[in-house]
Amino acid sequence: MTGVPLPDTTPPDVTTHAMAILPEDLPTADSFFRPHRIVLILIAAVLVFCIAWFMRWDWIPQYLPKLGHGIIVTLAMLFSTAILGFVLAVPLGLVQVTGPWPLKALAKTFCTIIRGTPLLLQLWLLYYGLGSLFPQFPAIRQSFLWPYLRESWPYGVAALTISFAAYEGEVMRGAFAGVPAGELEAARAYGMSRWTMFRRIWLPRAIHRALPTLNGETVLQLKATPLVATITVIDVYAVISKVRQDTYITYEPLLLLALIYMCLTGILVMAFRYLENRIPTRGA
Amino acid sequence: MTGKNAARKENQGNCFHAFETGILPLAGRSFMTIPAQAIAVSQLHKRFGPLEVLKGVSLTANQGDVIAIIGGSGSGKSTFLRCINMLELPTAGTVTIHGETIAMKKDGRGGQMPADRKQVERLRTQLGMVFQSFNLWQHMTILQNVIEVPVHVLGKSKAEAIETAEALLRRVGLFEKRDAYPAFLSGGQQQRAAIARALAIQPLVMLFDEPTSALDPQLVGEVLTVIGDLAKEKRTMILVTHEMKFARNVANHIVFLADGVIEEQGPPDEIFGSPKSEKLKRFISSIH
Repeated sequence: MTGVPLPDTTPPDVTTHAMAILPEDLPTADSFFRPHRIVLILIAAVLVFCIAWFMRWDWIPQYLPKLGHGIIVTLAMLFSTAILGFVLAVPLGLVQVTGPWPLKALAKTFCTIIRGTPLLLQLWLLYYGLGSLFPQFPAIRQSFLWPYLRESWPYGVAALTISFAAYEGEVMRGAFAGVPAGELEAARAYGMSRWTMFRRIWLPRAIHRALPTLNGETVLQLKATPLVATITVIDVYAVISKVRQDTYITYEPLLLLALIYMCLTGILVMAFRYLENRIPTRGA
Repeated sequence: MTGKNAARKENQGNCFHAFETGILPLAGRSFMTIPAQAIAVSQLHKRFGPLEVLKGVSLTANQGDVIAIIGGSGSGKSTFLRCINMLELPTAGTVTIHGETIAMKKDGRGGQMPADRKQVERLRTQLGMVFQSFNLWQHMTILQNVIEVPVHVLGKSKAEAIETAEALLRRVGLFEKRDAYPAFLSGGQQQRAAIARALAIQPLVMLFDEPTSALDPQLVGEVLTVIGDLAKEKRTMILVTHEMKFARNVANHIVFLADGVIEEQGPPDEIFGSPKSEKLKRFISSIH
């Protein structure tokens, strides 16, 4: 049988990396020297020069350590809540696809309530509601959790996690349902147990399908983190607010804040693109 | 003097007796582990709501048999094949694989379900299923698809599984494509990869569910070549197909299903050369 030459029936290469930046999409050296590009580059350069020269940036060195700390807090908030939220989102999505009806109804209710109310409201309900309820119970005040429960960040983490879980639960529901039934059937046909099928086929396939959506949702989550500044967590937004109060400078700190969030978003998007491109998908 | 020596001494004068005790247990064991019957299906019924698709189908596949199941669309061929590995649960009837009958229990809705999921999972690893729509796992490369079950179900070492998989991919002519993802292959290549994936579990029986029906006509040949070579090796196979010429060439037994029952069965030359039942005559004339 080894001797049988089989025809190579590969179709002509019409493949693209969906969502990816391909080398041909990147600007080449001469494309910078087209007239309209030169004009736009000059305008941008003048703008940056004016911002740097005419605006006040002398406060930056003084606040740099605080800004660094704020960025770390923002990133810690983002990653801890995105990871915890995703871990919750997987079962939330899964039971909505295959679970018994009580679990399905429970997951659906949770997602609907959380997605139907503002995150700021949830945050304040947790912080001012639970946060003021807890100290009334001596058992809680004496428990090992109290040092954490009297801080504000656990309430921020809880609210952001719950919110992310609810949105991503819906995303994962769609992703789980969208994995072709035939691939799961193949897994069953070769004797995979339910757990092996979930771990090896269903979950990785669903995550791969959901990655572009998860990318967008994580960027949204980054920009939901400043809300924790309203419950006294000192993230990068809170640091910038402090700068504005201390120095009476209005615009410059906000411009810097915008730049910081844009850089963080850029890094997130690149990281997700890298993950997406690890498994190429076939474009049209 | 030990008991063994005593027995030998006793046997010295009786060559025939020694022959019996020496040889027969071996012969007996090999007979026990490889029963001639690879698959035995008995009185299989399948009902989808009010529609009874299979109305008592029995079929035995012995080791080395190549059985082709033919029939019009809606005759229940695919359903029958999918009942063998419990992808569809038969409403009634038993399936025996390698001498082991799948234990069933009532499901409380008039049908039945496997009593022991673990048993079904274990027996399924003896059946290499090939699907009409390939069903390769799209998030894995071709090589990863082929080693997936040996490594994560059968517990083989990765190195061993890769060695076997590469040999199989060479056989189906896809060694160069081992690191490609399924979406980048043609239908024929995907189906050949799916056959390699099924062979990698070293199945007792290969089950083919219309393996060429989803392919462009010019890609059918390459897949049939691979299946035909497996048949020549005397690999036990049950094949649901629309390729009549191919069925006639590779199968040693043809089963014609019509309206959920076996209308006629026999050797290919008899089925295609001198069909007896009216339905089979009409079916054969309709495809020529």
